[in-house]
Amino acid sequence: MIDSKIPEGPLAEKWNNYKAKAKLVNPANRKKLNIIVVGTGLAGASCAASLAEQGYNIKSFCFQDSPRRAHSVAAQGGVNAAKNYKNDGDSTYRMFYDTIKGGDFRSREANVYRLAECSAHLIDHAVAQGVPFAREYAGYLNNRSFGGVQVSRTFYARGQTGQQLLLGAYQALLRQVSLGKVAMHTRHEMLELVVIDGKAKGIIARNLETGELERHVADAVVLASGGYGKVYYLSTLAMGCNSSAIWRAHKKGAYMAGVSWIQFHPTSLPQHGENQSKLTLMSESLRNDGRIWVPKTAKDDRDPNTIPEEERDYYLERKYPSFGNLAPRDISSRAAKEQIDAGHGVGPMKNAIYLDFSDAIKTQGKDKIEAKYSNLFAMYEKITGINAYKEPMLISPSAHFTMGGLWVDYELMSTIPGLFALGEANFADHGANRLGANSLLQACVDGYFIAPYTIPNYLAGELNAPKSDINHPAFDEAETSVRAQLDKFLNSKGTLSTDYFHKKIGRLLYEKCGLSRSKEKLEDALNEIKLLKDSFEKDLLITGDDTVNSELEKAGRIADYIELAELMCHDALQREESCGAHFREEYQTPDGEAVRNDKDFCYVSAWEWKGKQQLPELHKEPLVFESVQLAVRSYK
Amino acid sequence: MKLYLKIWRQLNTSSKGEMVDYEIDNVSEHMSFLEMLDLLNESLIQKKERVIEFDHDCREGICGQCGVMIDGRAHGPLKNTTTCQLHMRSFKNGDTIYIEPFRAKAFPVLRDLKINRSAFDSIIEAGGFIGASTGQAPEANSIPISYETAEASFDAAACIGCGACVATCKNASAALFVGAKITHLALLPQGKIEASKRVLTMVSQMDAEGFGNCSDTRACEIECPQGISILSIAKMNSEYAKALIFRK
Repeated sequence: MIDSKIPEGPLAEKWNNYKAKAKLVNPANRKKLNIIVVGTGLAGASCAASLAEQGYNIKSFCFQDSPRRAHSVAAQGGVNAAKNYKNDGDSTYRMFYDTIKGGDFRSREANVYRLAECSAHLIDHAVAQGVPFAREYAGYLNNRSFGGVQVSRTFYARGQTGQQLLLGAYQALLRQVSLGKVAMHTRHEMLELVVIDGKAKGIIARNLETGELERHVADAVVLASGGYGKVYYLSTLAMGCNSSAIWRAHKKGAYMAGVSWIQFHPTSLPQHGENQSKLTLMSESLRNDGRIWVPKTAKDDRDPNTIPEEERDYYLERKYPSFGNLAPRDISSRAAKEQIDAGHGVGPMKNAIYLDFSDAIKTQGKDKIEAKYSNLFAMYEKITGINAYKEPMLISPSAHFTMGGLWVDYELMSTIPGLFALGEANFADHGANRLGANSLLQACVDGYFIAPYTIPNYLAGELNAPKSDINHPAFDEAETSVRAQLDKFLNSKGTLSTDYFHKKIGRLLYEKCGLSRSKEKLEDALNEIKLLKDSFEKDLLITGDDTVNSELEKAGRIADYIELAELMCHDALQREESCGAHFREEYQTPDGEAVRNDKDFCYVSAWEWKGKQQLPELHKEPLVFESVQLAVRSYK
Repeated sequence: MKLYLKIWRQLNTSSKGEMVDYEIDNVSEHMSFLEMLDLLNESLIQKKERVIEFDHDCREGICGQCGVMIDGRAHGPLKNTTTCQLHMRSFKNGDTIYIEPFRAKAFPVLRDLKINRSAFDSIIEAGGFIGASTGQAPEANSIPISYETAEASFDAAACIGCGACVATCKNASAALFVGAKITHLALLPQGKIEASKRVLTMVSQMDAEGFGNCSDTRACEIECPQGISILSIAKMNSEYAKALIFRK
């Protein structure tokens, strides 16, 4: 039975109760304790910096050439905080409720409330770090509204909020490096978790500059390695984003939860060709002023500016009048897919919809729109060659954020004691769908405000435990298995590149475990994945050797993706309901809305790895709602 | 389109590199420059050859990890554009393109087009931060910052640390990178307090890393993908002079 360790007391008191009772470590003892943090995005850098400030010794790892490159840098729109600066009725409870509802009642009340509660402090902290958030002329902080919400609670730094928050965390991290409290390991990839006596005690990392395998030991291991949306190949994620750290921990005993809950972002640029490597995200904030439409007539390929008003279908405004173009991401994405599937798609590949600013420019003036979004318009023109001030943008949904990840309890600890998962690497706060501007928030809150209490609470019990060292047989075994896998890749004498397999698994998932799923499609997918696995075993070709070799790096990630894809399909198949981003075609209303089944599926699916040839085992964490009524999630 | 590529190949930091010729066909104008390199690498794998190593990650112009010299220009021919956001419509059928790593003594080549830019991190470590620890911040609106100041600070904070400024400078100076961080933090009330200490330690670290001096050629500003203004170098110089005068 898995224990989520939710603290006692009423919802609003739980976190304070936890903090009041959490064990502390004497400052003199902190320097005797070592923590490994994998990943330097918002969750990893903030956690490493905060724990180093307390006096623990941190080893920080990232595969990029600098911790500043982590993919948190790319988030554009903003970060939510219930500060009620606009006096428009926001509160901690309202933010909690919006997030619970946004996640289609598939997340833990206590976690979500804590997220909303800590949100206000994050803005304070980021401002103290010098994050240049948007300001009003009077000098006060400005904010705006975002999808799924009817108040203004999203703080932003132009269209580069992720970059600015990350620089704040990165600078805090490097400050601790200069103080000698953090040892930074860039261009290092974690390839195995080391478990000693049932507890996470270290990692095997490959130095990507030399190819050398390194052993690192610690008293706790934190995975803040981000999400796995890149499993779809075409996605909004950076090329290096991968699932390897959490997947290898999963194979060592940590459960994976909500694996098939993957958000498709409604406003990315559409695919334009076969050799494309990614889909670029356009900030969701554009939906504040842009109106989404398609031609009423299918296959209408007239120039959009010549299509008269009455022949346009503003389908979000029509179907969801109270939220309109700000309908949440899963709903907007699925609505777009419906239009595209029905032949109303536009653009050269007929795979897009229009995001039109002409009305906003008419009513507010071009200057105002330019002030709000100029960098996004410039980016759009750079990529597509089209001036969106003059004609509507072409956008389409694409794989984006993973709500699933390692199962963690209230303390953000996985089922392996001493192994913590933060930010997008855990499944914790978003349920079956994440609301816009909640991901930067979760990553920061996990690292700045939660882990600094819960990790010491665990470490207090480790002070007198025997110290592990890198000569332990568990390290030998872990290193041997990593070495064997690398050798196998290098000796594979096939003809197909890593990208071939990545594109193949990605396309398969888009078709069968993407925006909509069905029993039939998922069963097909599981069969096809088996064939792909066999092919990967014998047809892979890696050129080069075991030094700097990006193909070798990718091979391990693809091997993990193929196994993960299989679990995603099992998870989606087992959950016979539609909820949030998980839309099972068999479970919908006559007008195409998701039908959730609270009687049978009001739980988190936590999966246990049982071995290569075995089916994964399902463990259920029942979701208990004490403070909210389960309701049909309507945005009409 | 068909292109002729001359690409820098180098085994490791201590070996000698050379330009190697490649031909590539079926390049679509919609591809990004890095997707064109992906296509070339795919063809090398098919020939059982080792791929060309290059740095990249986000491919949306924000992470700062990509960057090569293209026909002698950092990030290629377009203004304010990273290599990943450069598309092949900027080239034409039959073009010969020279592709080399960003070169500077402080940026040693790791392999092919991959370089080591950790000198930038060392400069930030020397003081490119505000000494705010977690959990002690005052209410955010208690420090009002004018709209203009926040915007000016943001303009400087937008630096992505790609190194184009260094690569394009004949002195391999990091003044734009350092100036941007100094400006970002010195403009804000929170950052002003440590401004003197910060500028002295960062400038000193910049010299220690082997970057050259700024001789005001403005090449950095022209090649900066984020459009960071050389006024930030002026701001750094003025902060530096102030710090020297008032140094205790």
